Amino acid sequence: MVLALIIALPFLGVILPLLTERLGRSACSVAAGIAPLAALILLLSQQGGVFAGEVTRVKLEWLPALGLNLSLRLDGLGFLFALLILGIGILVIIYARYYLSKQEAAGRFYAFLLLFMGAMLGVVLSENLLLMLMFWELTSLSSFLLIGFWSARSDARKGARMALAITGGGGLALLAGVLLLGHIAGSFELSQVLAAGYAIRAHELYPVVLVLVLLGVFTKSAQFPFHFWLPHAMAAPTPVSAYLHSATMVKAGVFLLARLYPALAGSEWWFYLVSITGLITLLVGAGMALFQHDLKGLLAYSTISHLGLITLLFGLDTRLAAVAAVFHIINHATFKASLFMAAGIIDHETGSRDMRRINGMWKYMPHTALLAMVAASAMAGVPLLNGFLSKEMFFTETLNQHLLGSFNWVIPAAATLAGVFSVAYSLRFIHDVFFNGEPINLPKYPPHEPPRYMKVPVEILVFLCLLVGVVPAYTVAPLLAAAASASLGGNLPEYSLSIWHGLNLPLLMSVIALLGGILVYLCRQPLFRWYAGLPTLDASLLFERAMLGLVRGCARLTNWLEDGSLQRYQAFLLGSGLVVVAVGLAPLPQMSGSVALSPIDPITGLGMVMLALAAMTTVVFHRQRLVALLMLSVVGLLVALAFARYSAPDLALTQLSVEVVTIVLLMLALFFLPAQTRGESSSIRGLRDFILAIGCGVMVAMLVFAVLTRPYESISAFFLANSVSGGGGTNVVNVILVDFRGFDTLGEISVLAIAGVGIYAMLDGLRLVHPSTDAQGRSWARDRHPLILETLSRVLLPMALLISVFIFLRGHNLPGGGFIAGLVTAVALILQYVASGIVWTQQRLPMNYHRMAGAGVMVAGVTGLASFVFERPFLTSTFGHFNIPLIGEIELASAMLFDLGVYLTVVGATLLILANLGKLTQEKAGHEVV
Amino acid sequence: MEALFAVTLGILTASGVYLLLRARTFPVVMGLTLISYAVNLFLFAMGRLQTGAASVIGRSDVYGDPLPQALVLTAIVIGFAMTAFLVVLALRSVGETQTDHVDGRESA
Repeated sequence: MVLALIIALPFLGVILPLLTERLGRSACSVAAGIAPLAALILLLSQQGGVFAGEVTRVKLEWLPALGLNLSLRLDGLGFLFALLILGIGILVIIYARYYLSKQEAAGRFYAFLLLFMGAMLGVVLSENLLLMLMFWELTSLSSFLLIGFWSARSDARKGARMALAITGGGGLALLAGVLLLGHIAGSFELSQVLAAGYAIRAHELYPVVLVLVLLGVFTKSAQFPFHFWLPHAMAAPTPVSAYLHSATMVKAGVFLLARLYPALAGSEWWFYLVSITGLITLLVGAGMALFQHDLKGLLAYSTISHLGLITLLFGLDTRLAAVAAVFHIINHATFKASLFMAAGIIDHETGSRDMRRINGMWKYMPHTALLAMVAASAMAGVPLLNGFLSKEMFFTETLNQHLLGSFNWVIPAAATLAGVFSVAYSLRFIHDVFFNGEPINLPKYPPHEPPRYMKVPVEILVFLCLLVGVVPAYTVAPLLAAAASASLGGNLPEYSLSIWHGLNLPLLMSVIALLGGILVYLCRQPLFRWYAGLPTLDASLLFERAMLGLVRGCARLTNWLEDGSLQRYQAFLLGSGLVVVAVGLAPLPQMSGSVALSPIDPITGLGMVMLALAAMTTVVFHRQRLVALLMLSVVGLLVALAFARYSAPDLALTQLSVEVVTIVLLMLALFFLPAQTRGESSSIRGLRDFILAIGCGVMVAMLVFAVLTRPYESISAFFLANSVSGGGGTNVVNVILVDFRGFDTLGEISVLAIAGVGIYAMLDGLRLVHPSTDAQGRSWARDRHPLILETLSRVLLPMALLISVFIFLRGHNLPGGGFIAGLVTAVALILQYVASGIVWTQQRLPMNYHRMAGAGVMVAGVTGLASFVFERPFLTSTFGHFNIPLIGEIELASAMLFDLGVYLTVVGATLLILANLGKLTQEKAGHEVV
Repeated sequence: MEALFAVTLGILTASGVYLLLRARTFPVVMGLTLISYAVNLFLFAMGRLQTGAASVIGRSDVYGDPLPQALVLTAIVIGFAMTAFLVVLALRSVGETQTDHVDGRESA
């Protein structure tokens, strides 16, 4: 649990600086420091176990089905990184107290910083790779916030965006790589992935995994050709650069190299990809650093170069090289963070970062100058400083690889060349800034030493550089041993941490680098002139241009796909549906299956042909809307007949009554709409629609034929067997509706009621143009309520109601039931509206259809709930036989009450819809049409 | 018979789809109605086509599959509710935009 607390503390601590912001910067920074300090103490309490080589694991299941667990791990490598993150983090918090000005939102700054810190701790302490990936993305996000902290500045916004795009894109690649890795290893838990190294390398997907993971690593650690975001991220406040861009975030990439070393390293793929990328980055970074006039730019490129060095070491793929890499991670973090802080102090005190203007600072700030000079010497690899030790190890290792054959000399030679440049730019940092004459045209003049405590973090870091450089065996040795052995999976090679290894080749390389660096620096003027003559290649411009192009391309694609035409979208949908069905049907070896076809009986066949003809006639006459509507009703009636023919009397009855209300509804709508449709589709669109329609028709026909000619198994045997004994009814369809699947029916009648209410809401306040004549200019019939119809309908009403009661009552045992009875009642009532008008009907039948529909759903629901009273599950039904005088024995089931709910809902909703739509026709115009 | 039934359903679907792709609301509603007929018949046919086999216990020797019938029965009623909803939506759209074009504006 200590582990979880270490990660959680910075996240919890985010709130503290926000709360204390008003109390001033000092209080705010103290508040920000509490959580990291506590976490650091917790971390150090684990030191004994870690140095003894123990691995602490905590596991909490989160989404085990996805392999995502909240599992954490503390070993030497995680400990080292956590120590860097927390230790340097605290120093940066102190430093930022003096760096930020009074007007700046210190609370927000510290909150972002703590957010980042927690995310970074999560990356290094995760045992589960997916969990690590989440924290990895969180570091990208929080670094976006930190780089863009001065959000008013355009370069800050651009830099932040670029960093997010590059590292976030790399994160996506990493996600894919990790998913594959987990797939191969069978688990996302790090210990199992690391143990499966052999299987991973032998797997055919290994190169893919490696490339994807390395994309994540190289983007995060600013390796060539993804390095360009780092110099642009220098728009961040300097504490951020010191923290994220030297010590922690950019190290996340190389951390992953160290972490996954046992799983992924040990192949030629690894060697070539990692070492060559590292080598190029090392050289490009070192070379570019020399030519930067911006103080932070120099440090940024130098960081790129050092990250390349570390990557190269991992790529060399020997155990000693890995130890050297881990060692250099520690050293680089200490000297580079202190250098960034020193650069920040200089920027703060002079108002400029241009090395052509900041000269002779030795006179104005000797204390800071001394600190910066020691740190820069460590960067150059001067003996007695920590940078020298790891650089010597680096040189030694470059001599110990043999995979490039006769070109083996290239790596040590290139390493020495990079060493030359590194000495040269370090020298430039020292000489240009602190000596080299007088300052030129500074915004703040004269500069002076910064506040006392701003230098404390730098002093601590520089002191560490010295301490490690002079007595490595007594300081850094156990930490390095623990971290390196954790990275290597417990196999630590022999090595010695001492300053003097005798006169050997690496020492010679160091000497060459030192002398060569001095020489290059002396020749800097002609070099600068040559550099100025190079064509300028501004990565940010290229990046912006690429981004703009991408956005424009996306916009064009979106506009093409989404031009606001619903017809077009519909065509896309149908077309895609066609493709899906076609792909699904394609594997069938033949259309017809094993079931023999039944013979065509002439009457049914004729009905089918008429059905098809009626459908086609509907299309042919679709511009004459009334004709088309009449044909549509023919289709509906024939469908009802088809149901009746194929043993579904319930369906036939339902279809028949629904057909009536549907046509009434469409007639009503037609009153407000043009009677004709103009021909307006272009020929090409007509052709497209025709092809789509034929395609859909063919697909459906094929599907139906393929299904009907194949045998099938149904679960309906259960319903048939249990209908009488379990549901107390012989009409299985109705028993299914009100009993077996009663819950579905409850849902369906709710939908019906909701649709009714929705329609009522949409009609509310709707004003439509009332045509005073029909399309041909004839006025509406004078005799609005024909006498015969009126008289007949009044006679029909009681009969229809009686029939609906009959249908309702027998529904459980014979075709019928609540749905059908409801529809019959609705049709009978609508006939009254049609024949006698709305006003007349409503005076005599003052019913509130909303309430009726609502009551229906409630009755059905309450019937279901009543089962709870008898301690049965929802909607359990019961039934019994009763003897009613005159009618005889009748079976009453509780399901009948449920069916009553269905009945009420159907009547209520149907009339709610039709009566309200009908009402619309008589507003304003003063006469009814219905 | 199966082939004829399949072809009929195909024609029903094709007619519905063609109307669905029209530019005015009323043909679209009619198209949807046609498609819903086709879909209901399709679902119903998944229980196979049998004659003289109503699923009422004791009335015949064999019974048709009652489950698709129960599903289709509610589908018909809900289909009506949806058609009604669509029709009223179309009317509302005419009221708000003064056109019965599906896009809510006359196309250029």
